[in-house]
Amino acid sequence: MCQECGCGLPGENPVGISAHHHDHDHDHGHSHDHQHDHDHPHFHTHSHDEADHDHSHGDAVGQHRVLEVRQAILEKNDRLAERNRGFFHARGLLVLNVLSSPGSGKTTFIRETVRLLGKRLKTGVIVGDLATDNDAQRLRESGAPVVQITTGTVCHLEAEMVARALKQLDLKGLDLLIIENVGNLVCPASYDLGEDLRVVLLSVTEGEDKPLKYPPMFQSAGVAVVSKMDLATACDYNRDTALANLRRLAPNAPVFELSAKTGNGMDAWCEFLIQQHKAIKARDPLGA
Amino acid sequence: MEPGSGRLPGRLVVFGGTMHELSIMQSVLDQVLEKARQAGASRVHAIRLRIGVLSGVVPDALQFAFEALADGTPAQGAQLLIEDVPARFWCATCRHEFEATRMFAECPDCHRPSMELRAGREMELTSLEVD
Repeated sequence: MCQECGCGLPGENPVGISAHHHDHDHDHGHSHDHQHDHDHPHFHTHSHDEADHDHSHGDAVGQHRVLEVRQAILEKNDRLAERNRGFFHARGLLVLNVLSSPGSGKTTFIRETVRLLGKRLKTGVIVGDLATDNDAQRLRESGAPVVQITTGTVCHLEAEMVARALKQLDLKGLDLLIIENVGNLVCPASYDLGEDLRVVLLSVTEGEDKPLKYPPMFQSAGVAVVSKMDLATACDYNRDTALANLRRLAPNAPVFELSAKTGNGMDAWCEFLIQQHKAIKARDPLGA
Repeated sequence: MEPGSGRLPGRLVVFGGTMHELSIMQSVLDQVLEKARQAGASRVHAIRLRIGVLSGVVPDALQFAFEALADGTPAQGAQLLIEDVPARFWCATCRHEFEATRMFAECPDCHRPSMELRAGREMELTSLEVD
C-alpha cells in the first residue's frame, strides 16, 4: 500500500493505493471536498465486487443498504504525503526515506553520507525512533541540521509527523533531506512520507534471505543498500544469493554494496545522489 | 513490530509490540463511521476491504484490531470481509500479466524480472452495508 510506495522512480508501482487518489490532491486541506469526489464513480464496479465476495457472504450480509466507498484506507496519510511531496518539489529538494531493521547501520550510513557529500549536497536529516535522541546526537556529528521525532509507541513514521518535523528544520540552502525511519521492516512499508526515493538497507550480518522474509518492504525499495560490507567475510556473507534475492523482489532498484565504516562503496553512492539531485533540479517545477 | 508479520502463503503470524494494523484499522473505522453518518445510517452490518499481499498488512491482525476498536460504536458486531489481492506484475517481454508466486517479480515464462507492479499493494475500503 503506502500509496505509490514511495519512490518517485518513473514506472514504479503505477497501481499503488494512492493511484486511486491522484486527482484529489489539489488544494483541499480536509476531507470535506473529497467526500464528494468519491460519491460519483462508485456504482460502476459494484457488481464485480459482489462477485468477488459471494463466498464470504454470511446470512446477515447482503440484506442491507450498500454504500460504495472505494477509498484507500490510508487516504489521509497519502494526502499528507502528497502535500509533503509538493512542498519538497517546490524547493528542489531530493528526499530519501531510509528503512531497515534495527541495527542495520542506518544512522552510521546516513552520518557518513552527509559527511562525504559535504558541500556538494547540503543535507538535513529527520530521524525517527520510539525513544531517545541518541541517533540525532550521533547524526549531528556530521554537521548537518537534525530533527529527532520520537514516536512513543508508534512503530513507523507517518507523513504528518514529517510535516511537523519540517517546521523545526531550516530548509534554506538544503539540497537533500534524509529521513531515517524507525528501525522496522514491516510497518513503515505502508506509509508514504512524500519521499522521492525509498532506500532499504540490508546489512551482511542479517542473512541473505532477509528480503524473502519481508517481501513488502523490499518490494517497495527504490534503492537497495547492502551495508557493513567490511564484515562480509566474518559473516560468511554469500553475495550471489543476497543479490539474487534482492533482484527477485526489487528488480528495478539499483544496489549499492558499501561499508560506511571503511568508506568502501560510499563514493558511488554519493555520486548517485548527486545525479539524482541534478535530475530533480532539472525537473519542470510545474511537473509537466 | 519487526518480528514476524510478513504475509506469506502458510504464514506464521506473530503478534507483538505495537501492531500497525491497529492504527490502520482505526483509519478504516473512522472512514466507516463517517460514511455511515453521512448516509444517515445507525448501524453498520458489514465492511468490505481489499488488502494486497504486498501491503504489509496481516488480515488476521486487522480482524483482531477491528473487534477491539469497534466495541461501543455503530460498527460493533459488523462482519469484516477481507478480499485478498494477489501481487500481479506485467512482463514487458511476454506482454502478459502474471500473478507473483512468493511475491517474486519474476515472469514464470521468460524468468525476466518485471519492472511494473500492477496489483498487490491495495488497502482499500470497498463498501459498507448499513441500516
